[in-house]
Amino acid sequence: MPAISVNALGKTFKVPVRESGLAASAKSLLRRAYRDVIAVADVDISIDVGEVVGFLGPNGAGKTTTLKMLSGLLQPSAGEVRVLGYEPQRRQHEYLRRMALVMGNRNQLQWDLPATDSFELTRAIYRIGRADFESQRDELVELLDLGSLLDKPVRNLSLGERMKAEIANSLLHRPEVLFLDEPTLGLDVTMQRRIRGFLGTYNARHGACIMLTTHYMADVEALCERVIVIHHGSVLFDGALRELADRFAGHKTLTVTLESPADLSAYGEVLEVTATSVRLRVGRDQAAAATQQLLSDLPVRDLTVEDPPIEDVIELAFASGAVTPP
Amino acid sequence: MIWYLRLYATLGRTSVMTNFQYRFANVLFLVGMVAEPVVYLVVWSTIARQEGGSIDGYTAGRFAAYYIVWTLVRSMNITFTPFGWEERIRDGELSAHLLRPVHPIHYDIGFFSGWKVVTIALWLPIAAVLTLVFDPSLHPSLVQVVTFSIAIWGAFLIRTLLLWLLGMITFWTTRVSAFFEIFFTAELLLSGRLVPLALMPDWVQDVSLFLPFESCFGFPITALVGPISNQELATGLLRQLVWIVVGSIGVAVAWPRAVRVYSAVNG
Repeated sequence: MPAISVNALGKTFKVPVRESGLAASAKSLLRRAYRDVIAVADVDISIDVGEVVGFLGPNGAGKTTTLKMLSGLLQPSAGEVRVLGYEPQRRQHEYLRRMALVMGNRNQLQWDLPATDSFELTRAIYRIGRADFESQRDELVELLDLGSLLDKPVRNLSLGERMKAEIANSLLHRPEVLFLDEPTLGLDVTMQRRIRGFLGTYNARHGACIMLTTHYMADVEALCERVIVIHHGSVLFDGALRELADRFAGHKTLTVTLESPADLSAYGEVLEVTATSVRLRVGRDQAAAATQQLLSDLPVRDLTVEDPPIEDVIELAFASGAVTPP
Repeated sequence: MIWYLRLYATLGRTSVMTNFQYRFANVLFLVGMVAEPVVYLVVWSTIARQEGGSIDGYTAGRFAAYYIVWTLVRSMNITFTPFGWEERIRDGELSAHLLRPVHPIHYDIGFFSGWKVVTIALWLPIAAVLTLVFDPSLHPSLVQVVTFSIAIWGAFLIRTLLLWLLGMITFWTTRVSAFFEIFFTAELLLSGRLVPLALMPDWVQDVSLFLPFESCFGFPITALVGPISNQELATGLLRQLVWIVVGSIGVAVAWPRAVRVYSAVNG
């Protein structure tokens, strides 16, 4: 049985609409007009125990709405959701004790107290036995390098330090399913790397299923073998990260280092020229032939063939707008 | 049950630690709160003296006792305000509560109970000063003291449940401040907060018997200040119990519906 199973999931919000101006304002007193906004439409997802899945999409794509439905904060308008066999919208306490949702902008920690005091409160709320609590807390403190931060009031921590403490607090009950909404948002590169490393270790040690939204492709590349791309509320792509480029990027990038400058426009679209190297864009189908031709025609010192950066691939996926499942 | 006691103990401890971070703010809060009963006390004591020493049996000393005890009962009555729900929803705090495997009302009851420990500690010197200045006439029996000790927690519980119910209106419609104000005005007049209910017209006293306000203010104060029979003490506690049951049922019925509204549109 998959850890997360979503069938034909939909969420439609009813939002009030009103034209500007005094007359429209007066009219709205008597009769309010509404329109339906489809945030999520006909989404099917199945995620197995232990999988780490990147859930990607531009702002307003429906990522957070979907995560909120999976965690029970929002009721679906259509479809069926099961997480660990539970219906999240029923918000059963047994379910809440087995999952966690960490949102970059939400705070479960007591602002005025050191994080350790919040950890104790979490222990009481989640009914964690003393021995389990201490073992899990110590493991999280070690993995997240929190030792020196525990006796500082949360309000005195930096954004990154607070995020680490927030994640530790959310994992004290050792959730089997973890939803992370932009966990590295606004953090510096070092802190992002630390949190990425931690999530990978947590997944490996405890076999937790992790669903992660992020705008940082480094998070995705470091953690997720599988990605789900959502756009306008519908799934554009669901598959292995490496297949994403095959599907949406019709080209590869060749970087050629030469003994002397040369015009390579005959081999592909020239993207960049420096004193010693040239970057070319060539069609995926022509990449092998172009490489062979370059090596036989020119005094090449070095040559690399790469898929385009994942950011570019995602952008292409969004731009494609194709709503066809793979 | 044991789990709930542990949860409440941890919440109370967390609240005490949090409020100790704001010692000065708490002192100012209490001083501000004392201003209201002192005004009532000065006015009623003056009238009592002008009326030849007492009004309907209330002497200046008894008024002093009433309003000094009032300050403690008022502090005990402080709970999560209905005005706070809008912010709780807007800034995402409610979502954080909903992700926890515990009904959020336990959080509020536990957290505000802990705050009482701090306010009682800070109230003691204020009460001592008021006692020196106004010379209250207070001679409670042991039964009265025990009843009062129970009644102030009963009052806190009733008010928490009622204000929760009131605040939940925010889930259906915003900008309900005016409605809340009507509630608080009724409470001011019908609870014994503004003036002891014994001094109000008979019909006001009759109406107040069917409303929860007196259980939150007048009864706990009178339980300690007297004069009050043991039977009246028992009836007062029973009435509090009834309101706790009514409030609990109200919250149990309204909360799932409120969450459904929230989770349909907000999250």
